[in-house]
Amino acid sequence: MAYRDSPFQELKVPLTWTAGVAAVLALALAVFVFVSDRKDQARVSAQALGHAKVRAGFDGVLAPVSGVLAAPVRWINDGAGSVGDYFFAVSQNRKLKKQVAELQQVAVADVALKNLNRRYEELLKLRTEPPIPMVTGRVVSDTRGPFSNARLIDVGSDSGVKIGNPAMSEQGVVGRVVGVSPNASRLLLLTDPESRTPVLIDRSNARAVLTGDGGPNPRLEYLRGKDTVHNGDRVLTSGDGGLYPRGLPVGVAEQDIRGVWRIRLYSDSGAIDFVRVLVFDDFSQMVDQAKLAEPAMPPLSAADAAKVKAAEVPPPPSAASPAALPGGPPPPAAALAPAAAPRSLPPPTPAKPVAPPAATPASRPAAPGAAARPPTIAQTVAKSPAVKNPAGKPLVKKKPVKVKPGEYRRVHTPDNLPQYDPNRPDGRG
Amino acid sequence: MARTPSRPLEPWRWLGVPALLVILATVAIDAPIRLFTLALPEPVFPMVLAFGWAIIRPSILGPFLLVLVGLFLDLYCAAPLGLWPISLLAAYGVALIGRTLMVGQETEVMGLYYAASVLAAFACAYGLVAIAGHGQPSLIAILWQFAATLALFPFVLMLRNRFRDADIRFR
Repeated sequence: MAYRDSPFQELKVPLTWTAGVAAVLALALAVFVFVSDRKDQARVSAQALGHAKVRAGFDGVLAPVSGVLAAPVRWINDGAGSVGDYFFAVSQNRKLKKQVAELQQVAVADVALKNLNRRYEELLKLRTEPPIPMVTGRVVSDTRGPFSNARLIDVGSDSGVKIGNPAMSEQGVVGRVVGVSPNASRLLLLTDPESRTPVLIDRSNARAVLTGDGGPNPRLEYLRGKDTVHNGDRVLTSGDGGLYPRGLPVGVAEQDIRGVWRIRLYSDSGAIDFVRVLVFDDFSQMVDQAKLAEPAMPPLSAADAAKVKAAEVPPPPSAASPAALPGGPPPPAAALAPAAAPRSLPPPTPAKPVAPPAATPASRPAAPGAAARPPTIAQTVAKSPAVKNPAGKPLVKKKPVKVKPGEYRRVHTPDNLPQYDPNRPDGRG
Repeated sequence: MARTPSRPLEPWRWLGVPALLVILATVAIDAPIRLFTLALPEPVFPMVLAFGWAIIRPSILGPFLLVLVGLFLDLYCAAPLGLWPISLLAAYGVALIGRTLMVGQETEVMGLYYAASVLAAFACAYGLVAIAGHGQPSLIAILWQFAATLALFPFVLMLRNRFRDADIRFR
């Protein structure tokens, strides 16, 4: 049938109406995505719909592309910075000389304070926090709108970065990692509307929650007590909840014209080209979420407990038990090695049918007619020569990584990660 | 070959290419740079598409492409998924409703209508972030981005002038 003969030839649909219907359908799709994303974030990771994986994949693809596209803009910025340095060299020199003179006094006082602090720690037998390894990453994109504040950095899970790790610039805390792919990570800044950070006021030790609102100065919420904060008070992370280590510098408290306490962030005062991620296991990372999600068993009564105990006494094995017979067939291979044996273990040697000691229940003479009871996995694994480590050597050989002095390494391993030292002002170990 | 008004305009030219350019501009503006220690304002580039496409010609593909561009923006900015698709469609809807009113009007009137569309989008985004983040975003920061987005109006005019008469069916 020719086109001109088609019954739809004369059909004319109003353009605006069809576009309107398409817009409504697209809006329904967008609302569905928004609601499913909210639900996805509320679920534990095992039941999540995979939005986090999509985000991580997107970041992994985007990081190198963004780095290339942003390079010309960065070069122009660096060039402008060089011109500024040239013209303001004299004033900068004077300023830096003044700062050096001040810092020399601080350094002298720092030595004395450290010595005293160490002495107190020894006397009080305080358990000090261990140094935290760090990974340095370059910022490849910086989104800074009022509705989201995030940065993409070029180090990821390959370098040991995990979700929840805090990130710092040279001046102070920047935010924390909310998404990780092998080669890139997404940082949620302290200024993001979804960011909540437990902090303390250094002077009064008062606790508060730093709440981002998309602006440059996040506000202090849930601040208790009277006169707990003054203008210019230093604000540090409190470490409450285990999200951040205690004592990381955040900023300075200031009151705005409406009387709301806000923080002028230390990290806002400098360049944002590099950040250091503290490879710090927060509380939520250490907790086994699957274990927590398991339903708790109701407590047993004394009578029930006695019944269970009686039932747990193993019956005597029969004489025909293969494990008890010397020269009998070996037990199944699955029972000799743990199911999830690490790959670094030596290959299992052929299992020999070892007769257990006479004291064990498995070697007792079986009652006539009793069914053979195979050894439990735990018993078998404990006796198996394949998983024993008689020499006491580590199962995984650690390869020492040689780093020349002053060499810059982009790829960190757990052996050569720089350390965060809370006792030093710059945090370097 | 010179393009004549009677030649049909393929969707990729007036929908696909501008969308790609907007994505590139978004990535480029998010370079981590500071000017005299101040962060540069970040305009919402896809707002040009949301308003421009509705003005040039209502189409079925336009809203769905806006959803895709909005999802890109959500993933790129680590915003809640769906935030920018809904906001961009709000701007598109406002522009679509007032499209017939704007025919033959001066540029200043169109500028005002563009501001109204952007306002609708930002109001949507404000409400959604308040729901998702359980807090209110800073109004000063919103005003700053709103002003930066309004400054993109010349690009809207460029888009409209480039494609308004490109196809006789658009009239």
